[in-house]
Amino acid sequence: MSGFPLTVGHRGRYGARPRGSSLRSWRWSDRVVYVLAWASGVMLCAVAGALVAYLAVRGVQYLSPSVLFSRPQPGLDQARTGGFLDPILGTLLITLIGVVLATPIAVASAVWVVEYGRPTWLARVVESSVEIVAGTPDIVIAIFGLALFQLGLFAPLSFTSAQGGVFGRSFLVAGAMMSLLALPSVFTAVRDGLEAIPGHQREGAFALGKTRVATIRRVLLPGVRPNIATGVTLGIGRIVGDTAIVLVLLGASLRLDPQSDVPGVGLLRGTGSTLTSYVYDNSPAGEGNAPQKAYAAAFVLLLLVLGLNSAVGAMSRRGAHAPVGRVGLGR
Amino acid sequence: MSVHEFSAVHRAGVEAEEVPPVRRIVLDRPPTVVVSEEGVRGAARRHAATVPGPERLSLSKVGVRYGEHAAVKDVSLSIRQGEVLALIGPSGCGKTTLLRTLNRLTELTPGARRSGSVLLDGDEVEQLENTALRARVSMVFQQPNPFPMSIFDNVAFALREQSRKRPGKRELEPRVIDALLRVGLYDEVAGDLDRPALRLSGGQQQRLCIARAIVQRPEVLLMDEPCSALDPSSTQAIEELIHELRGDLAIVIVTHNLQQAHRVADHVAFMYLGDLVEYGEVEQVFQSPRAQRTRDYVRGVFG
Amino acid sequence: MLKRLRNPWPDHRAERLLGAVACSVGLVIALMILFVAVRAWPTFAHNGLSWLGFGGDVDKQVGKMIYTGPKPPAAAYHLRAWPLVYGTLLSTGFAVLFGLVFALLSAIFIVEFAPGPVQRVITPVVRLLASVPSVIYGLVGILVLAPFVGNHVISGSEKQSVEYVVQLDGTGLVVAVVILTLMVTPIMIALIADALRSVPTAWREGAVALGVNPLRATLAVSLRAIRPAIVAAAVLACARALGEAVMLSMVSGSRAFTPKPIDGVVFLFEPLRTLAASIVENAEALNAPAVRSTVYAFALLLLFSAFALSLSAYLVKLPLRRYHAGAR
Repeated sequence: MSGFPLTVGHRGRYGARPRGSSLRSWRWSDRVVYVLAWASGVMLCAVAGALVAYLAVRGVQYLSPSVLFSRPQPGLDQARTGGFLDPILGTLLITLIGVVLATPIAVASAVWVVEYGRPTWLARVVESSVEIVAGTPDIVIAIFGLALFQLGLFAPLSFTSAQGGVFGRSFLVAGAMMSLLALPSVFTAVRDGLEAIPGHQREGAFALGKTRVATIRRVLLPGVRPNIATGVTLGIGRIVGDTAIVLVLLGASLRLDPQSDVPGVGLLRGTGSTLTSYVYDNSPAGEGNAPQKAYAAAFVLLLLVLGLNSAVGAMSRRGAHAPVGRVGLGR
Repeated sequence: MSVHEFSAVHRAGVEAEEVPPVRRIVLDRPPTVVVSEEGVRGAARRHAATVPGPERLSLSKVGVRYGEHAAVKDVSLSIRQGEVLALIGPSGCGKTTLLRTLNRLTELTPGARRSGSVLLDGDEVEQLENTALRARVSMVFQQPNPFPMSIFDNVAFALREQSRKRPGKRELEPRVIDALLRVGLYDEVAGDLDRPALRLSGGQQQRLCIARAIVQRPEVLLMDEPCSALDPSSTQAIEELIHELRGDLAIVIVTHNLQQAHRVADHVAFMYLGDLVEYGEVEQVFQSPRAQRTRDYVRGVFG
Repeated sequence: MLKRLRNPWPDHRAERLLGAVACSVGLVIALMILFVAVRAWPTFAHNGLSWLGFGGDVDKQVGKMIYTGPKPPAAAYHLRAWPLVYGTLLSTGFAVLFGLVFALLSAIFIVEFAPGPVQRVITPVVRLLASVPSVIYGLVGILVLAPFVGNHVISGSEKQSVEYVVQLDGTGLVVAVVILTLMVTPIMIALIADALRSVPTAWREGAVALGVNPLRATLAVSLRAIRPAIVAAAVLACARALGEAVMLSMVSGSRAFTPKPIDGVVFLFEPLRTLAASIVENAEALNAPAVRSTVYAFALLLLFSAFALSLSAYLVKLPLRRYHAGAR
């Protein structure tokens, strides 16, 4: 689909090469822009390449299958021992909770806004709210989560100390706040997908006597399934990469630390770590002096994000109804 | 009215004693909508009009291929100043491709190749810098495409961006107003030249595009079906405009409307599937075409 | 009974249910504002608007707060947050400014000049860069860039010149701005490049047909046409830079210091702290009510800034709409 030649005049033809616009006839300022644009492009490629290459090289040094599947060990020589199975599990768990909470709410809201949306001011309020959530810094969401879940009302969701202070930090709590990160991505994707479905599909279903609800269930929702998938993947990307919420709301234990004897519930109420907090803790900013571990975990994280991005690209190529969110931020 | 009736009336007009004077667009009156009878008699105007000037564009054995497909095959034509050449033919015959070859706009499509020679005042167009070429050979498109700027900025665009040093507004103003006057748009927009151009009506936008194209005093004006997206009154205004402008320019117009070709053109080139089937004066092509295919097309056997 | 299960829900009930779920999103926002404001209230009550002013060392002021008991006196809430506000403005401002320039140039390169294969590779690369977690940027900053700056760029004499006031170890303004720019630029590149590609070809063709070279056509027509997208990109970058907490707390330095331009070159290397980073730094000490109130005050300020940004973006785009009647 290239409409415009990349460099003018360089096209093979019968006879002599046609003359393009020579740089000498350009304005002086245009020539500067030309040089700077090339410089920026080259610098962009260089920086991207250097970043990925450096992380790969440093990351692979510590990485091995045993590291991926073994648990962090307390030990004297922190720099050499222990894997990061727990952080990986932590990332998976928190992502799961976040997505499970966000998707139904986002889909339901998007369906309501597009298909019903009465009164109009309320629909606009809902849309603005989603935009506000999308624009809120994740650290503010984390702090809000802390304030919310330290209420006695939510004591069952986390650990309660002997003096009665609710800890307010657990996988459930962190996952709940993570769902706020994924919500805008799914909402926008589903809303755009629904809006892109032409009206005559709905009218056709109504003409056959179906109620609106049935139309939604049987006609529209299946149609936006690719959009839901893309939105969820974008949301997962945001959750996986977030550190602030994890640092504030997941407690500070390196290993998964369940809070009660009931297996599932205990885990959810307990604390742990994720890949992102593991990287932070092992860097000089945290308490760690084990940069190799940090690099290894960072590399795994990068691969994860790369995989998610490719998945989004592949999904949108297979054809969602509407253009998919462009970057992994859910905007 | 079919083409035959047009021809009949035209013949009658030629034999009439009086040839109506050439109509000029007067400054203090808005462009008028010409009633159809006058439009018919307008066909006689041509003979009282300008004498053809020097040859501007000379095409010799021009062929254009897109990859394997030959869109234009072996076309040789001559275009003079003061003349209007109409390229007619069914869709897909290559007339638009030929038009776009004249200002090298075909280069924008990857895989386009041209053979033969196109000479602008004796210079092969591929040897000129394409920006310099397009300043001398301007183009107006089918869909009016004014830029998202004010009216003044639109018309002044080529003057501003082509020059090495950006000229000031005071320098540009006379030339912009002159161009707007020549297209008959000035009275309608004189009040506020800083209005966004996209707010104008379709016909006004197209006239704005023409003003934009002629402000640089090009030698040749290319028009790619300029009226097909417009309503009849705007179409008529633009046809009058073409007649007005042809004095200093050579105009090449692509049209699928045979009546329009008959109204505005001096020479007609009929193309079919890339070949130049017939080329000649408008009367000859419409009344006594040499090729059977031309006869069929002009009679409406195929479209 | 079975019949009711098999029939689909009546429309009005579904509408009400879905509407309730949708409104819960609005409810969450309202709760967020409420909780943060309520917890931040004591700080503003005891400090008033001069809380935003300057005076004193923020670290010391917060340090004092940690040791006050459950019912601290009014004086315990004393804080002057200007260094943090200044740090936020400085880092965000520079990052978005440099990032915007770089993003525009790169987007023009990608759309105009890049050869085909490079173009196909760059686009997914830019998207990948945009979704790299901030902690990875922080890691590279603190393990690579900061030591480099600390050991090779800052000279010994410069370190000595400010020795009594602050330690220059490489973490500071320049590393923070560089990494923050690196973080926000890919998003802007992606948005601007997409916008450039979606400018109607009719305009580009028209400009080129008038004899304008392609770069000039882009600068004169396309950039004007995508002004709303540029504004949107800048706002998005601002929002991201503003809310960046973890990465900045890693690389911007160990103290809530106010870098002073009159210090000359050393200004670039002085440490700083932003509002968001302060929240992260003090997140463990939230048990002390004074600290908690202060931290929530930071959060409230951040929240207001985010709102103000979205609002101003909307307002800026409004007058630009008149030139795009019909066309977008």
